Amino acid sequence: MNFDMSAFAIASPEVFLLAALCTVLLMDLWVAKGAPLITYLATQLALWATALLVLGKSFNSEGAFITGLGGMYIVDGLGDILKISILLISSLTFAYSRKYLREQNMWRGEFFVLGMAAILGMMIMISGYNLLVLYLGLELLALSMYALVAMQRDNSNASEAAMKYFVLGAIASGLLLYGISMLYGMSGSLNIIDLKAYFQAQAGLHTNILFLFSMTFIVAGIAFKFGAVPFHMWVPDVYQGAPTAVTLFLGSAPKIAAFALLIRLLADGLGAGQSSWSQMLMLLGLLSIVMGNLMAIAQTSLKRMFAYSTIAHMGFVLLGVLVGTEDGYSAAMFYTIIYALMSAGGFAVLILLGNRMSDPDNLDCLRGLNDRHPWYAFIMLLIFFSMAGIPPTAGFYAKLSVIKVVMGEGYLLVALTMVVMSVVGAFYYLRAIKLMYFDEPEESTPIVAEVDFQVLFSFNGLLMVILGVFPGVLMGICSIAVSTSNL
Amino acid sequence: MSFEQLLFYLFSGVLLLSGISMVTVRNPVYAALSLIVCFFTSAAIWVTLEAEFLGIVLVLVYVGAVMVLFLFVIMMLDINHNHLKEGFIKYLPVGLLVALVIAVEMILVLNGGGFDGEKYMQGQRHGADYSNTKALGEVLYKQYLYPFEIAAVILLVAIIAAITLTLRRRPNSKSQNIDQQVRVKREDRVRLVKMEAEK
Repeated sequence: MNFDMSAFAIASPEVFLLAALCTVLLMDLWVAKGAPLITYLATQLALWATALLVLGKSFNSEGAFITGLGGMYIVDGLGDILKISILLISSLTFAYSRKYLREQNMWRGEFFVLGMAAILGMMIMISGYNLLVLYLGLELLALSMYALVAMQRDNSNASEAAMKYFVLGAIASGLLLYGISMLYGMSGSLNIIDLKAYFQAQAGLHTNILFLFSMTFIVAGIAFKFGAVPFHMWVPDVYQGAPTAVTLFLGSAPKIAAFALLIRLLADGLGAGQSSWSQMLMLLGLLSIVMGNLMAIAQTSLKRMFAYSTIAHMGFVLLGVLVGTEDGYSAAMFYTIIYALMSAGGFAVLILLGNRMSDPDNLDCLRGLNDRHPWYAFIMLLIFFSMAGIPPTAGFYAKLSVIKVVMGEGYLLVALTMVVMSVVGAFYYLRAIKLMYFDEPEESTPIVAEVDFQVLFSFNGLLMVILGVFPGVLMGICSIAVSTSNL
Repeated sequence: MSFEQLLFYLFSGVLLLSGISMVTVRNPVYAALSLIVCFFTSAAIWVTLEAEFLGIVLVLVYVGAVMVLFLFVIMMLDINHNHLKEGFIKYLPVGLLVALVIAVEMILVLNGGGFDGEKYMQGQRHGADYSNTKALGEVLYKQYLYPFEIAAVILLVAIIAAITLTLRRRPNSKSQNIDQQVRVKREDRVRLVKMEAEK
């Protein structure tokens, strides 16, 4: 096989983002020395320009998928939508982070450079159509994340969190890689399109013990990245230990990338073995929903509570994927995007309540928020409602569509568990709302935030209602995206 | 057994032994030296497989540069890691049992067949004019150019991350100020004190 450099034109968004990353890195050294605001603005500009590039390319694909770079790169509707959501949500999280980074003396250009590298890794994962490329994208994302978590060197909690994240992440990568090597041994190819053809031609796949063996490792590796029970141990510790700005970033966009990995590997490459992996996903998903919601009740730290609620939310995503239909995939995709938005808003409130003196983490910091600032309390109310799945917010519709799909495929008990555990989960969200509205404030320091933070935070909360009242737009985009990809 | 097989078993045996000793020896310097033996023997196996370039690079880069640096750091820091290995004997039986069960299970599964041997090219012998370096370059820079580029980005991120995490000003760190050292004058260092002669 021979290809020249023009083959890279298909990956122009990634190439652009890489070039922007290098430019920002150098600019931070020379132009923006001591003025990270320039670095920040350049990063935002780069993210928006990359999103526009993705958008511009997606109009050319005409509803079909294209592969390039020797079958290692795929452009399809699914990838485009996921990439644009990652870029926009990351841009939102960077805007929120600005306040935190300034207050906690982390206001350095490297935060944005490493963040862009993580985003590049996510984009490579999303359009990776080769096991090697998927793995490298995952590593690029993970490596940048480890460094971001450890960035506050003098904070021992952050170092501990980074260490745990690094060791467990390395084990997860090892599991995934071992499974990948087995797949290569069986099929003789790393390209997902060949894997798919190979496994579709195989009879009796659900009794092929070697296939099940490799798939177990792959599912375990993916579950680690999702933070699904029983591979969830790192999530609460890392969320709590990492600086809030990093937790905010870590908790939102990478979940979308993990969803893409799940779709590309299991739904696409190993789609023929759906009857086998759906059993594993069901177990992982149910355990996550039950454990996540129950453990979240016992938390006093808001970050840990969000971490366990993440685990529960990821259970919903896995259960949406397990049915193996296009409706299931698009419901899970909708859920993932909504989740990333909710999570960004949830962690933003911690940044909002913090100031130069304190870096709040406890649930008590929400006490009496309504007395201190009614509008922020209202926005937070919307976000909590959405997380709990109370209509008319987007979270309700996301939960509803996943449960509907699961019921439609006849998994009645699974659907019942999901509903019951959502009710249990509503308890700790409502407790947080009670703290905001019915308790006396512990602090009386005014809550100050810049205009862009206020506007984005309000928009984030109102978006929950807008998307909940008109879910058809995003849902329609998701189902078109899924139907145009090669599933 | 042909001479080549003999060589293979010899090198593999040494590789396994040195690998085990690397993990188990108490002295970190011995562990580093065992690792060097590991690298050497794997380089030798690569050379017998006609992958001369990889073999030479392994010796040059890992043995020559990385491990020497490693040894240097170990000797300079002089860390005693003995307390980390305290429970080794205590946990050994349980660990060994679990490892054995997993290994037996994996061998049972993997020996069941299913790997399609015909898909892979049988190892071919090449003549003296065959360039392993060129073949490697063909694969790396043509077929796998995209993953290769991503690997390069990962290295870039690793550099940025390492510098971000280590380059910081600590208030109490002791460092030399060369500029001031060079400009030092006699008056800064020596103080001449006139004293009365003792009687």
